[in-house]
Amino acid sequence: MRVLIKNGKLLDPSSKLDQTQDLFIAGNKIVSLNKKPDGFNPDLVINAKDKIVLPGLIDLCARLREPGSEKKGNFDSELFAANSSGITSVSMPPDTKPVIDTPAVVEFIHQRARETNRANIYPLGALTHQLKGEQLAEMYLLKEAGCIGVSNALSTIKNTEVLRRAFEYAKSCDLTVFIYAEDEKISNNGVAHEGAISTRLGLPAIPETAETIAISRALLLIEQTNVRAHFCHLSSARAVDLIRTAKKNGINVTTDASICNLHLTDMDIADYDSNCHLKPPLRSERDRVGLIEGICDETISAVCSDHQPHEVNAKSAPFSITESGASTIEHLLPLMLHLVNRKEIKLNRAISALTSEPAKILGIDKGVIEKNKNADLCIYAPNSNINVDKNHLLSSGKNTPFNGWELQGKVTHTLLNGKVVFSID
Amino acid sequence: MTGNNIQLDKNGNLKHFLSIEGLSQQLLHTILNYAESFATVDKRPVKKVPLLRGKTIANLFFEPSTRTRTTFELAAKRLSADILNLNISTSATSKGEILSDTLRTLEAMHCDMFVVRHANSGAAHYITSQVAPHISVINAGDGRHEHPTQAMLDMFTIKQYKKDFSKLSVAIVGDILHSRVARSEIHALNTLGVNEVRIIGPHTLIPKEIEKLGVHVYHDMNSGLKDVDVVVMLRLQRERMRGALLPSENEYFKRYGLTNQRLKHAKDDAIVMHPGPINRGVEIDSDVADGEHSVILQQVSHGIAIRMAIMAMVMGQINKNENKEKKK
Amino acid sequence: MVKKIDINALIENMAESISSHCNTKGYKNPLMIGIQRGGVWVATQLHQKLKFDDSLGELNIAFYRDDFSKIGMHPEVRPSKLSTDLDNRHIILVDDVLHTGRTIRAAMNEIFDYGRPASISLAILIERSGRELPIHADMIGKTITLKAGEHAKLSGPEPLVLEIIKSG
Repeated sequence: MRVLIKNGKLLDPSSKLDQTQDLFIAGNKIVSLNKKPDGFNPDLVINAKDKIVLPGLIDLCARLREPGSEKKGNFDSELFAANSSGITSVSMPPDTKPVIDTPAVVEFIHQRARETNRANIYPLGALTHQLKGEQLAEMYLLKEAGCIGVSNALSTIKNTEVLRRAFEYAKSCDLTVFIYAEDEKISNNGVAHEGAISTRLGLPAIPETAETIAISRALLLIEQTNVRAHFCHLSSARAVDLIRTAKKNGINVTTDASICNLHLTDMDIADYDSNCHLKPPLRSERDRVGLIEGICDETISAVCSDHQPHEVNAKSAPFSITESGASTIEHLLPLMLHLVNRKEIKLNRAISALTSEPAKILGIDKGVIEKNKNADLCIYAPNSNINVDKNHLLSSGKNTPFNGWELQGKVTHTLLNGKVVFSID
Repeated sequence: MTGNNIQLDKNGNLKHFLSIEGLSQQLLHTILNYAESFATVDKRPVKKVPLLRGKTIANLFFEPSTRTRTTFELAAKRLSADILNLNISTSATSKGEILSDTLRTLEAMHCDMFVVRHANSGAAHYITSQVAPHISVINAGDGRHEHPTQAMLDMFTIKQYKKDFSKLSVAIVGDILHSRVARSEIHALNTLGVNEVRIIGPHTLIPKEIEKLGVHVYHDMNSGLKDVDVVVMLRLQRERMRGALLPSENEYFKRYGLTNQRLKHAKDDAIVMHPGPINRGVEIDSDVADGEHSVILQQVSHGIAIRMAIMAMVMGQINKNENKEKKK
Repeated sequence: MVKKIDINALIENMAESISSHCNTKGYKNPLMIGIQRGGVWVATQLHQKLKFDDSLGELNIAFYRDDFSKIGMHPEVRPSKLSTDLDNRHIILVDDVLHTGRTIRAAMNEIFDYGRPASISLAILIERSGRELPIHADMIGKTITLKAGEHAKLSGPEPLVLEIIKSG
């Protein structure tokens, strides 16, 4: 199929592309920028006048709830929601049920991805068997089956020796380790950032050191084992400092932040709003600003949705006994653009945080607009208004902490491999 | 930030009683004034007034408690209300489900008020958000957050002995970190305009940034108690030893126990309070608990009058709104 | 428009009526109880003149009102003060204005929660029309007729002033 995207402003910071040009697609590839190929007769013309064309966004972390948690969501609902925000590639953590620690589960995921055909799915394999932190998972087999990295999901690996061996083994398989750094003993079943808010609300608290101690431990092991590592969802300014220093000292690490921590703080918990029960927790304004600074100076390379849709009951209870996580995937782009509109981040940086940087982290050939690359694209109208309404989310999970927010940047079209998977008409 | 909108109706009258935070000084004084009148009911041959006759109040205690539950029960009966006692175990299969199912069932039985005690902070707010609009909710203690009726009966006790709040220096001693009583009392004392609120305890039991609630933090009993007018002792639970928060009860008593010796640092006419039940020899010496400064037993007797006042205030407003709607 | 009434004359009147009533009925040691607040103000003056043995009782009927559902907690609430055992006593109940009769009904309900009196007689400063219950006064300072929109108001305690106020 031949597609012509006309008059759109093509924006891809990594290729230094920032031009209003036509874009020509044939089959699943971009065949030309600006110059119409000979004999090109489009089957579909998309008018992108006054709109911006980006590489299809890459979400570094989203839970699609299959296999095993279908009452919270499934590939069809969650990827449709993802497409509505211009996302064409998704990486999923291994804490599905069953855990992604056997090739069979990977194969199941690939099959579901093919059936749904809305995005490229990149599953992460488990670092340890069953995510229990004791035995190494069969990382080589998982890589063969299609995992592009391994991770501990949200589980702490208590035994430092096991963590060291897991890093060494991942290195030997040439796999990137995706680490969520939290010392669960220090967290001690806390549900909110340790500070004035948790004190006032009487909520069990998670000190900053739960993150910084785990990061420090991991950094030293990364240095020792020389494994390629990525820290998932930083939450504190101090953690950003640690990573900044490590990078200066030549340690090969990347990191991301979750979109929620870039907008919200512990004050947003207000009257025990369980939509703000998140892991890592929402921290102070100082931390939020530290994360934004980290993005601007590229200590933090990418931003992810950390999408966790939940059924109503999971969030309908006193705060501490609700499940953590927010449903964010369909607002990832508008929320990033909101930071640009508030002049906290420059547009190019915002875009690269959602496209070329996640691609580098995952080691995939995506996230760019270039001739002969896959036509994974998203088109959005920069001045269009979006009113976040929790009752009308496309995701199965209505647990958004952004209910009522006025955002901009409605996606009008999303293309995967040259095929339109989402459009607003 | 918290408490304001949900506790008050649109005319600013008390509709639910969930937290001291968010209530005005005037409202707190109103509660204390009403309690004075309700206290006389106990002294009559017929210990009842017909104020809440025909109303049904449900005690929803998700955490066991004999003392608080019975005072609420007595308060309800003195107001001529009917009372249902429900002790619900929290070892339920799905956390949120059981809670909302229970609420639906009780609403179907036409209860007018829920008195709720729960192990999780914010539970009273959650329940209030879930119940039908004509039902009022009273928080009998939610996790570590607040125990507002206890704070009010303590303020009532202080008022009986000290009259003028503005000149007082009050010390709260013990496990502040886990204490809902402490948080409510800090809010109440500051709202009523006391001169100073002090917190005394070991570092491990004092929550982060508590100064922001308007208190001075002390880690030493002698300096902390110097010239205070009121000492509130908090109970120390055994679990704190197991949680690596304290080495032993013995050491805790040596550093933070209230003895007559320590009490000498406070004013000569200082009063000693304790929300109960007391751990003799752990946080408080028997000599002090039974001594002339102690008003612990009087606190208990004030509990009924305060709870009567709060129940009556809260129910009065609910009915006002109900009648207005009927007229339409 | 406000019209003042000479209250001293009324109180003299009432004191005489009460004296005479007790004599006729043979009440040797009656107990006087005033209803807050106006009734207490009036009763204080009567009690001084009549020199009863027991101190003046004060009744706050806030918890016995029948309009709790409509108006909620009454803003003026002070504790009732009945220092004597009421069983078998002859009570002189005093209030400022008798209008619907609901206040008196509430007062009687409250008295019976304190004990079982031998009798209750009602002494009223101003009686006006508008009874909604079968309640009558035994001793009256003055009976007045009010026009539409008028109501009687007693202010005090010092000085004690009675006015007829026309609203609107």
